[in-house]
Amino acid sequence: MAREIEFRDALREAMTEEMHRDERVFLMGEEVAQYNGAYKVSRGMLEEFGAERIIDTPISETGFSGLGIGAAMMGLRPIIEFMSWSFSLVSADQVLNNAPKMLYMSGGQFGVPIVFRGNDGAGGQLGSTHSWCVESMFANVPGLKMIIPAFPDDAKGLLKSAIRDDDPVFCLESERLLSLKGEVPEEEYLTPIGEARVRRTGNDCTIVAFGRPVHFALEAATELAKSGIECDVIDGRSIRPLDMDTIATSVRKTNACVVVDQSWPFASIASEISAQVQECCFDDLDNHVHRVNNDDVPAPYATNLEQAMLPHAGKVIEAVRSATYNL
Amino acid sequence: MDTKPVQLDNIDVLQVLNEEGMVDTTKAPPLTHDQLRRLYVAMVLTRKFDSRMLAMQRQGEMGTFAPNLGQEATQIGQVFPLTADDWFAPSYRSFGAQIWRGWSMEQLLLLWAGYHEGFPPPEGVNDLPFSIVIGSHVLPAVGVAMGMAQKKQQHCVTVNFGDGAMSQGAVNEAFNFAAVYKAPCVFVCENNGWAISTPLQRQAATESLAVRGIGFGIPSIRVDGNDILAMVAATTTAAERARAGQGPSLIEAVTYRMSLHTTADDPTVYRQEEHVDPWHQRCPLLRFERYLNRESILTEDECRRIADECEQRVLEARAKFREMAKARPEEIFDFVYHTMPPELIEQKKDYLSRLARKGLNP
Ligand SMILES: Cc1ncc(C[n+]2csc(CCOP(=O)(O)OP(=O)(O)O)c2C)c(N)n1
Ligand SMILES: [Mg+2]
Repeated sequence: MAREIEFRDALREAMTEEMHRDERVFLMGEEVAQYNGAYKVSRGMLEEFGAERIIDTPISETGFSGLGIGAAMMGLRPIIEFMSWSFSLVSADQVLNNAPKMLYMSGGQFGVPIVFRGNDGAGGQLGSTHSWCVESMFANVPGLKMIIPAFPDDAKGLLKSAIRDDDPVFCLESERLLSLKGEVPEEEYLTPIGEARVRRTGNDCTIVAFGRPVHFALEAATELAKSGIECDVIDGRSIRPLDMDTIATSVRKTNACVVVDQSWPFASIASEISAQVQECCFDDLDNHVHRVNNDDVPAPYATNLEQAMLPHAGKVIEAVRSATYNL
Repeated sequence: MDTKPVQLDNIDVLQVLNEEGMVDTTKAPPLTHDQLRRLYVAMVLTRKFDSRMLAMQRQGEMGTFAPNLGQEATQIGQVFPLTADDWFAPSYRSFGAQIWRGWSMEQLLLLWAGYHEGFPPPEGVNDLPFSIVIGSHVLPAVGVAMGMAQKKQQHCVTVNFGDGAMSQGAVNEAFNFAAVYKAPCVFVCENNGWAISTPLQRQAATESLAVRGIGFGIPSIRVDGNDILAMVAATTTAAERARAGQGPSLIEAVTYRMSLHTTADDPTVYRQEEHVDPWHQRCPLLRFERYLNRESILTEDECRRIADECEQRVLEARAKFREMAKARPEEIFDFVYHTMPPELIEQKKDYLSRLARKGLNP
């Protein structure tokens, strides 16, 4: 049985269920307890689990991410919420050095089973320093996993898997999607990390997207279908590990590929996928892989300029038309 | 040797002007009547601007911003002693101080409505950009101060941040650097009791934040931040020390955020009106007005006239803002680099041609 719930509630259910299942799991971050989370993701969790497991912190990202890593090394299962992934930059040494390299540096002695999660991506008129897309920059680092759900059901299933994972998992949520409703099963389930999902099928072009841009891809595909261009839309769901099999299978069928990615174009997720597709599907491609990214500028503050700078369905449509010689 | 741990007693709060508007003349800074009037006008203008901007935000004309209500004395007091050669590093809640420093209100409206024209400090105003990332601007401000000292300039930098920012590592590193290198700066921690919904007690285990400065070897003082005269006295001394090469000072201005954290916040979720009530009595404007009236520096009539004039100035700024508020889409490529690199020129060309084809929001 499934019911419709919001993305934020799906995230909360994942955390709540895992906290009931495993007493080592706890949630820590700014405003997560008393205020129910800056974006109301942890609504009611303080009452349910008490202040020992739902922990409000001072504004010290270095502090609480570092503490979380230590707690994970002692066998606990911390979930660390960044109000925004933008603020994880304050604690980059903890997040990118200590968490993903501890196992390696300790010769396998200390694992860091931690989840870092929070809002990622622009679109909320928050100014350039508060509108980070960290995926391309952070995914460069070995030792971490990265999930980026686009729908409530995946948000829940992926986050549950992340909490159970023995390695550090970075969960990238979009503030713009938190109120999105979707069907989520009543009964328990896990979504495996590292498996993409085909959201729509078509023979003319493969569109690969992650997180919020999946919605732009679907919107574009619906529009393109009206003029007879049918697309496979692949919701990547995980960035590390990356499900190249699903992508390659689709490209071998469609012979065209567009990647939609909300990071900046240089050395981006789209660049990486584009390189990999060209490596494994070179002979199948009728055109080079097309990339749709942010424009290569910091996020503007004005809302219309910000929208113009971000990927959107219009840009995806143009890219698909170009990739399929349908201009 | 005595093994008892050192105990720092609670630090007294410097107050010159009490809630009834009575002045402690032994501590009062030497200000002319004209200076006192200017301070009063600036505080009234800040309040009028704040409430107008809130109304505009509620009507959809303004982006998210952080209101100032109740913090006017802290705002104006911290910048009062600064000369045009001194620098000021504001926080996102510093528009009162920015107006004093020479920002036009229409420009601040542009800024908070999201137009790039709002961002650059006006010609001749030595202000730094503020940071939305908490505490991030404090180290650069100390860097500016150290740079000044290296250039043998005898000016100072005042940097403003909140009680919450005191928890950031970067801010504590800034204190240490400034102390060790005797950087000519004045740290103003605007302790308004809250960091969004987090009260001070969850931010620090000490009652005062000034106590931190002492640990770094920085002369530190707690000031009644709703007392404009105490603020002026403390910041004047600190700025003079800095300019004389005697190093940084920390001023903890104790005030209260009477309004919202930002326009995206609803404080009824985490605090009761009873907590806010006592602060109406401590209003920085009310006590200053009482004092000015009693001393016949400004009559009640004059105060009313000033209020009307300030309201008028704010409305004029709004009118100018409405004239100016037009986004130029091509500007998103400006200022990424000093000289636009070829690939960005190419992108800009593509972008403009797609805008020509599709309109701004295709
Ligand atoms: C590094 C960082 N973490 C979290 C936030 C989210 N945030 C915005 S304002 C704020 C509270 C700041 O409180 P304080 O320093 O006391 O300043 P005030 O807003 O009270 O003026 C927080 C946590 C942020 N902007 N930057
Ligand atoms: Mg505060």
